[in-house]
Amino acid sequence: MLQELSSGIPKLPSLKSYRKLSSLKRQEMKWGLTFLSPWLIGFTIFTMLPLIASLVFSFLDLRITDGILTQPDFIGLDNYATMLNDPQIWSRQGGTLGSLWITIRFGLIALPVGIIVPLALAVLLNSPHLKGKSFFRSMFYMPYIIPFVAAIFLWGGMLNPETGWINRSLMFLGMPRESVPNWANDVNWVYPAYVILGIWGVGNAMLIFLAGLQGVPTELYDAARVDGANKWQQFWKVTFPMISPVVFYNVTLSIVGLFQYFLVPLVVNNGTGRPGGATNFFNLYLYKTFFTFQRMGYGSAMAWLLFAIILLVTLILFGTARYWVFYAGEGRH
Amino acid sequence: MNSRKRRRELINTGKSGLVTLITLALLFIFLSPFAFMVFTSLKSQSQITSVGSPIWPAESATFELNGEELEQYTVPMNTCVGSESDTSERSLAIVDKGLRESVFIDPSDLERGEFACSVSWRALDRPWQVAPAWSNYSEVWETIEIPKVMWNTFFYAITTLVGTLISCTLVAYGFARFQFPGRDLLFIVLISTIFLPAFVTVIPTYTFFQKIGWVGTWLPLIVPHFFANAYNVFLLRQYFMTMPRALDEAAMIDGAGPLRVLWSVIIPQSYPVLLAVTVFHIVFAWNDFFGPLIYLSTNRDAQPISVVLRTFNGVYGSSPQLIQAGSLMALLAPLLLFVFAQRFFVQGIVITGVEK
Repeated sequence: MLQELSSGIPKLPSLKSYRKLSSLKRQEMKWGLTFLSPWLIGFTIFTMLPLIASLVFSFLDLRITDGILTQPDFIGLDNYATMLNDPQIWSRQGGTLGSLWITIRFGLIALPVGIIVPLALAVLLNSPHLKGKSFFRSMFYMPYIIPFVAAIFLWGGMLNPETGWINRSLMFLGMPRESVPNWANDVNWVYPAYVILGIWGVGNAMLIFLAGLQGVPTELYDAARVDGANKWQQFWKVTFPMISPVVFYNVTLSIVGLFQYFLVPLVVNNGTGRPGGATNFFNLYLYKTFFTFQRMGYGSAMAWLLFAIILLVTLILFGTARYWVFYAGEGRH
Repeated sequence: MNSRKRRRELINTGKSGLVTLITLALLFIFLSPFAFMVFTSLKSQSQITSVGSPIWPAESATFELNGEELEQYTVPMNTCVGSESDTSERSLAIVDKGLRESVFIDPSDLERGEFACSVSWRALDRPWQVAPAWSNYSEVWETIEIPKVMWNTFFYAITTLVGTLISCTLVAYGFARFQFPGRDLLFIVLISTIFLPAFVTVIPTYTFFQKIGWVGTWLPLIVPHFFANAYNVFLLRQYFMTMPRALDEAAMIDGAGPLRVLWSVIIPQSYPVLLAVTVFHIVFAWNDFFGPLIYLSTNRDAQPISVVLRTFNGVYGSSPQLIQAGSLMALLAPLLLFVFAQRFFVQGIVITGVEK
């Protein structure tokens, strides 16, 4: 899906190119645009206009309770200035880390897990020695389709410090009762708890990796074996380059998702930021700014900051792609 | 020669067994939360609150004698009259409770009759017996009005499914089969929308819907689905592009217009991908939480299962058995859909993730 994007942006067609079209071609264009029209209209109404609106909002002092006729105050870059000094976003002090750093810190833990676990599972499920592949494939994918809220309550129970099976297992394995983690209620354990919870959703990435692995031609492994490569070398020299497009796809979508992470803390810790403010994710703060404090102007500025960050990170990622993402049939470019 | 071959086969069988066994063990751990959910959902409130109760649904054991419920206790037999040399412990039903001496009968040996043991009944543990509390389910069913909530969820899933299928098919057909300047740029714009953080558009959209009085109704959730989305358009376009144009052209020579070609040539060949879109969409809609949360929080009668479940959790937090029973009811529908339509899920993911 992302290769379309990394192959460069096509040029904006000029009016001249339209005039040059034959009448048959014009007919084709008319039909094409007709079929695209549901999306063109939807994109304009639900994406383009809101984008412009939120940009405008971000320069206003606006609250949702304002009547439709209230003239909002234009405050220029004030929202942005406030935002750049907002300790709830930027604070670097350990106790009350800013929400942006919280998001990044959690992402740095969750991203590798969210790539390595499904990749490892896919490698296992791709093993020629495994019997009942399609059964395992379905079963490991299955939790992905469980309603998000139900899965959270399920794991909330599993991670309950007193009665959850995780701590019961730890105690069964000999960990003393006093030292079992307090999971979602402990500053040091809440991120691992969220990561464990997220492992249930690896099914999608796993299937994509698996399909990528199945697409690696077996001759390549034969050739590598003849050259004396061991399994580890085969993985890094053959498998990884061949599946790098799907790795790239999963990494990109994970990053975009992780920057917007907030539904889990919203449900598990009720959006309170507990324990000790460790779950005040950026998007949770944004959610509260808009829905609780009803500050639309400030919320819009925050949303644009997030958009800018995501854009920057994805652009950097796309920039690095040429060094490690290998699209078969096109050579390295 | 033959023995070497057999040896290799043996090694391979061994490897297969080992790999399969390891995978099975992993799967067992991976899916164990389901067992936790089922077990917990069948526990009684009294079991939940009693420390040291077993992980399976149980109640303190009782024994019925002549219409009377007698509590059972675990008694060291060497304290009892007539079995001083018996070092075992047994589960006995208590007839008369005493602090120095209690009177028991042995449910497995009724002929022995009543006998005294010199133990305080307070110092004894009670054994557990399996006792699923099925009533938890009916309690949840009534408390959160499952039929109404399920209908809401189903209604949301089906109406938006119709919208998605129609709009995405049209748009994907436009992208797959018509050539015109700017088309590829538009396609890139479409794909780029997946990078857009939700809040950039949610804030103005929510405000707009509030001003026109749609907040608290289903409209803001349903209407946008009639205008196509990146994932499904991509999925359908990829599939359409793999279909040979020869059939399209033959139909066109016979005088069929573009709509006719879509309806009689493209769609009949696309059932697998249309079903993939269908199952993904139903699961998406069934599980959707954020949309209904923000647009339906003021209208309790319209809320789907995900939002209701969260509210329920807030109220019944001290009854985890009810929360688990509710979660189980919420996941039953997508689970069943998955069991019957696995193939289409797998197919759809492979097209979006692997194909360029």
